[in-house]
Amino acid sequence: MDTLTLILYVAFAPLLGGLLAGVDRRITARMQGRFGPPILQPFYDVVKLFNKENLVVRRSQTVYIIFFLAFMVFTGGIFYAGEDLLLVIFSLMLANTFLVLAAYKGSSPYSAIGAERELLQIMAYEPMVLFYVVGIYMASKTFYIETIATTQHPMLIRFLPGIFLGFLYVLTIKLRKSPFDLSTSHHGHQEIVKGITTEFTGPSLGLIEITHWYENVLLLGMVSLFFAPNLWLGAGVALAIYLLEIFIDNACARARWQFTVFSSWVVAAVLGFGNILALTLFG
Amino acid sequence: MQKSPWIIHYDGSSCNGCDIEVLAALTPMYDVERFGVINTGNPKHADIFLITGSVNEQNKAVIKNIYDQMPNPKVVMAVGICACTGGIFRECYNVLGGPDKVIPVDLYVPGCAARPESIIDGVVKALELWEGKRRKRTGRESIQT
Ligand code: SF4
Repeated sequence: MDTLTLILYVAFAPLLGGLLAGVDRRITARMQGRFGPPILQPFYDVVKLFNKENLVVRRSQTVYIIFFLAFMVFTGGIFYAGEDLLLVIFSLMLANTFLVLAAYKGSSPYSAIGAERELLQIMAYEPMVLFYVVGIYMASKTFYIETIATTQHPMLIRFLPGIFLGFLYVLTIKLRKSPFDLSTSHHGHQEIVKGITTEFTGPSLGLIEITHWYENVLLLGMVSLFFAPNLWLGAGVALAIYLLEIFIDNACARARWQFTVFSSWVVAAVLGFGNILALTLFG
Repeated sequence: MQKSPWIIHYDGSSCNGCDIEVLAALTPMYDVERFGVINTGNPKHADIFLITGSVNEQNKAVIKNIYDQMPNPKVVMAVGICACTGGIFRECYNVLGGPDKVIPVDLYVPGCAARPESIIDGVVKALELWEGKRRKRTGRESIQT
């Protein structure tokens, strides 16, 4: 974990993220008894989007989206460069805030509801994400990802089974999978049109798409950190979990926001806080 | 040739026959997503405006509005004989005729109801038109990022 991984992330995360999205769409289609689009379909989509007109309600919309992308690359960058995990969490939150602001700028009822639901989602997953950082710190005694990943110690997940499961629960929200794809969904129709991305056209929608690819690769990286120092095993498990998320996505209907927030908090309190309590008492 | 046609489907005053056929094209039997087609509910994300049924005094403003909200380049496709000419509703007191009375229509898919095969064929034709419009707009020969 150093500058090399940083460069690899910035250059290849969109490729990996796009491929994952393509595999996701194909597997989803197969689960529904359809043949499905080509694996490269997400790339075709984005190329097309960049060839369309950028129709905006307010010009500043696009500026916010550029910040969303920039902060996401920054967040993923410091994660893969092995820097401070705390900084990763907070700049990830900042990046998401820019998306919410951009959606508010769109000022249509659909994007406003999308933005509000996104805030509720942030409220739902944030406690568990904080427990994630605290748990990783307690198990490894450092916030530095490079030290966590390279020092020889027993696999972190052995101390953090509760936090691992809790993190998987909120990962469904972060990956925008059913039942928690409240603010926007990657499936065709939603009750609030396209929610948070409703008011974005062409190139700015393309940028949002690319940012999600960066974000997904970052999230899978965060999952594999549980298996430090055995990172290859971690990467394998992260991919398996992505498949599991596709299955959950196809098996569930969309939940209400009350359930989303309440259940995530219960999971954070029981699995996350419970795990930390156990570490404090017996660790 | 572009490979990612996103569609917005609007039902004018159709009998619902054509709408069912349009949706049938999404089912496992025909699966238009093979060609990258997404049935988006959002005009701002759409490339192809697919209209079924005739236009009447009530929905003419809606059709105009959806058309105006779509970013260029865009293609309009009239599906079913009602959307081509007004069809059997042509004589009704409130019916104006096909959507070409309100907005420019690029493609007419006939049939009552239009069969999924001919709808898919229409979408493939629409892709060629779309590509031509894109070239005109950007002045670039081939699609590029
Ligand atoms: S063309 Fe036929 S099936 Fe289609 S909307 Fe008109 S009457 Fe119904």
